[in-house]
Amino acid sequence: MFGRLWFDAIPHDPIALSAVIGGAVGGLAVLAYLTYFKKWGWLWREWLTSLDPKKIGIMYIIVAVIMLLRAGVEAGLMRLQQAVFAASDMSPIHADHFQQLFSAHGTIMIFFVAMGLVFGLINLLVPLMIGARDVAFPLLNSISFWLFAAGFALINVSMALGEFSTAGWLAYPPLSTLEYSPGVGVDYWIWSLQISGIGTLLSGVNFLVTIFMMRRKGMTLMKMPIFVWTVLASMLLVIFAFPILTATLGMLSLDRTIGTHFFTSDLGGNPMMYVNLIWAWGHPEVYILILPAFGIFSEVVATFSRKRLFGYTSMVYAIMAIAVLSFTVWLHHFFTMGAGANVNAFFGIMTMIISIPTGVKVFNWLFTMFRGRISFKTPMLWFMGFVVTFTIGGVTGVLMAVPGIDYQVHNSLFLVAHFHNMIIGGVLFGLFAGLAYWWPKFTGFYLHEGLGKAAFWCWLFGFLLAFMPLYILGFMGAVRRLDSYDPSMGWQGLFIVAGVGVLVIALGLFFQFLQIAYSIWKRKELAAGPDPWNGRTLEWATSTPIPEYNFATLDAVKEKDAFWDMKQSFRKSSTDYQAITLPKNRADGIYIAVASGIIGFAIVWHIWWAAAVALVALIALIIIATMKEDTEYTVSAKEVAAIEAELQGVKT
Amino acid sequence: MSEPHEEQAILNRSSVGFWIYLMTDCLLFASLFATFAVLRNATAGGPAGSDIFELPLVLTETVILLLSSFTCGMALLGLKTKNIRQIFIALGATYILGVAFLSIEVAEFAKLISEGHSWQQSAFLSAFFTLVATHGLHILAGLIWLVVLVVVLSRKGITPKFARQLTLFGLFWHFLDLVWIFIFTVVYLMGVAA
Repeated sequence: MFGRLWFDAIPHDPIALSAVIGGAVGGLAVLAYLTYFKKWGWLWREWLTSLDPKKIGIMYIIVAVIMLLRAGVEAGLMRLQQAVFAASDMSPIHADHFQQLFSAHGTIMIFFVAMGLVFGLINLLVPLMIGARDVAFPLLNSISFWLFAAGFALINVSMALGEFSTAGWLAYPPLSTLEYSPGVGVDYWIWSLQISGIGTLLSGVNFLVTIFMMRRKGMTLMKMPIFVWTVLASMLLVIFAFPILTATLGMLSLDRTIGTHFFTSDLGGNPMMYVNLIWAWGHPEVYILILPAFGIFSEVVATFSRKRLFGYTSMVYAIMAIAVLSFTVWLHHFFTMGAGANVNAFFGIMTMIISIPTGVKVFNWLFTMFRGRISFKTPMLWFMGFVVTFTIGGVTGVLMAVPGIDYQVHNSLFLVAHFHNMIIGGVLFGLFAGLAYWWPKFTGFYLHEGLGKAAFWCWLFGFLLAFMPLYILGFMGAVRRLDSYDPSMGWQGLFIVAGVGVLVIALGLFFQFLQIAYSIWKRKELAAGPDPWNGRTLEWATSTPIPEYNFATLDAVKEKDAFWDMKQSFRKSSTDYQAITLPKNRADGIYIAVASGIIGFAIVWHIWWAAAVALVALIALIIIATMKEDTEYTVSAKEVAAIEAELQGVKT
Repeated sequence: MSEPHEEQAILNRSSVGFWIYLMTDCLLFASLFATFAVLRNATAGGPAGSDIFELPLVLTETVILLLSSFTCGMALLGLKTKNIRQIFIALGATYILGVAFLSIEVAEFAKLISEGHSWQQSAFLSAFFTLVATHGLHILAGLIWLVVLVVVLSRKGITPKFARQLTLFGLFWHFLDLVWIFIFTVVYLMGVAA
């Protein structure tokens, strides 16, 4: 009746149990708050069923921040183990739990934090930046978000019921096959990624069509803001890479549930094929994350240097070159597989080549700053910190692109330091810069500058403290994913420094939360107009708060940096209001995601009848969603005029 | 209701979006084809393709599917001339041909399994079953979609929304035909030749 699921699935480990209880109490507190203040209807109408990408974007960001906290705590526990308990048997974290910690940390940080923040910002900004009123397929966008949320739910349920994967964030076989991981952990990993991955794929289709078909009149491709270009490249990578992930996870799942032999070590299975397939997705995935961060920096640097971006065209070519080349380097993740000298040399050279367009971009940003009127606001600080950390990471990356050197540092903490350099010092700093930069547009008030700077400095120095020692440790021979080592190795001092670094990062995170709370409290004093930074692109051209239809009138775009051009030539938006059609709220995304989540959960636990019922329900729900009529409402020209009049009043 | 030019914009958007979706599906199949190519000789002592494939049967499947693409095209022509009767007949024929195709495939699978050659026997068979069944599942999804289309048509006639969905269905069905040509060639013909 319940497959493998029984009461012994509840964890006994004190740390895991306290995490579950903490999560449950937090969740209940939120539910109690919503019930007590009768907020359910509001939440349902204004947020959960909304098809407005501005709201969906914020929901993505909220989910990502929750997951950032969870995966951050996991990082702290790993550092605690390695700095303090590695040589003792007194540790509260046993080896199996440690393996779950690093598997979950990596999975969550990539799939739910970085991807969540990236898609959050894409939802918020792309329609506004191209001067559109909505995305191409509003309902599909909601479905994408809710599938992401279903993956989020599944990966968190794994804490309370059963266990999570112990096979690392990419679950290499044969370790992840049924033979060596008979529990439910790897299945949770597969299905939370499969479901959220399909959401990502649908988002990729949606935003590509949005960018191709919904641009404001006059905005040719070469007049788009660079952020939109990076999103275009990133979404192209999504549609090329995520199907490979879907297929690979599908095959691993078949191996584990119906006994196929794709990746098993017997009967002809080929574990190394999995490694090839997963990195054929995984390497583009790195660029899916970093390209939008590059786009954010391009906007930030231009705005805060009060100059147009240096070398727009070369930037576009660099972005597209990276997008293409990112599919030609995957093998550098496993030079040690032994594919032979020629194969390794090819991928080593390609890896070095891909760093060239990346270097072009860095120089473009620096030349944008050159002779600009730079104002050192928080987003700009994140950018300058990024230049330092990203360059270090880039140099160590090129170092590892040499197969001979890679053999020495493969799977060591040197590698761990390198990719954290790219993901924290590259992607995350970029996303933080973006959040600080666009915050006033979506809320109507600035984030407190002093606290933001404090957070930045903590992150920068915390990051350096936490990861520079790992480079050294890697050279000293420390491999990744160690829960114990012999004291005579002499590693403990450096691990303690790294642990202190994590504490400093935590302080930075604390300042960020304090910054948000304080800024909300002081929002009257920190009030910001619709164009607080003297911006250049169209998102600053509409009023704040942004009306649901984004733009009352759709005037043709004439130049790059369309809004800057409007300001320079003293053109105002026209007031020739017309009726506007907008999508009504839909709950279909939620239902579809619930059915998908149940399918995933049921397969994890082998509850076949529930999986079958949920599958039938899913098909029915999709059919019903496509049949629905009367899905739009119209705001009349008169109403638009009234809304605009009110917003203009707010503006002063 | 939306105005005509607005309707055209939605149709354009949906077509482009659906084309991009089809390309992602194409990559899904590409991954499975690549896997099959790697594992085609990994028979682990079990049968190879030339031992188990029955080409006459597979050729029949191919002809059926190609015919169903033709009838699907007739339905789209019916849409152009607003000939509801033609659309009904053509979609009905497509449905019957699709069911026939799937039945042959299921029978082929059942026979193989009953002979002990299931996906559990070797990596080659795992890759074979997965690739072909993934195509089969797409056909099944297409058949469900077809039923929905017929129901919508009988209730509401030719609406702009129906026209849009039938157009997209046509793309989907032809795409599956194309994938099958590759399966027929790479899996069956090259399997027997090897």
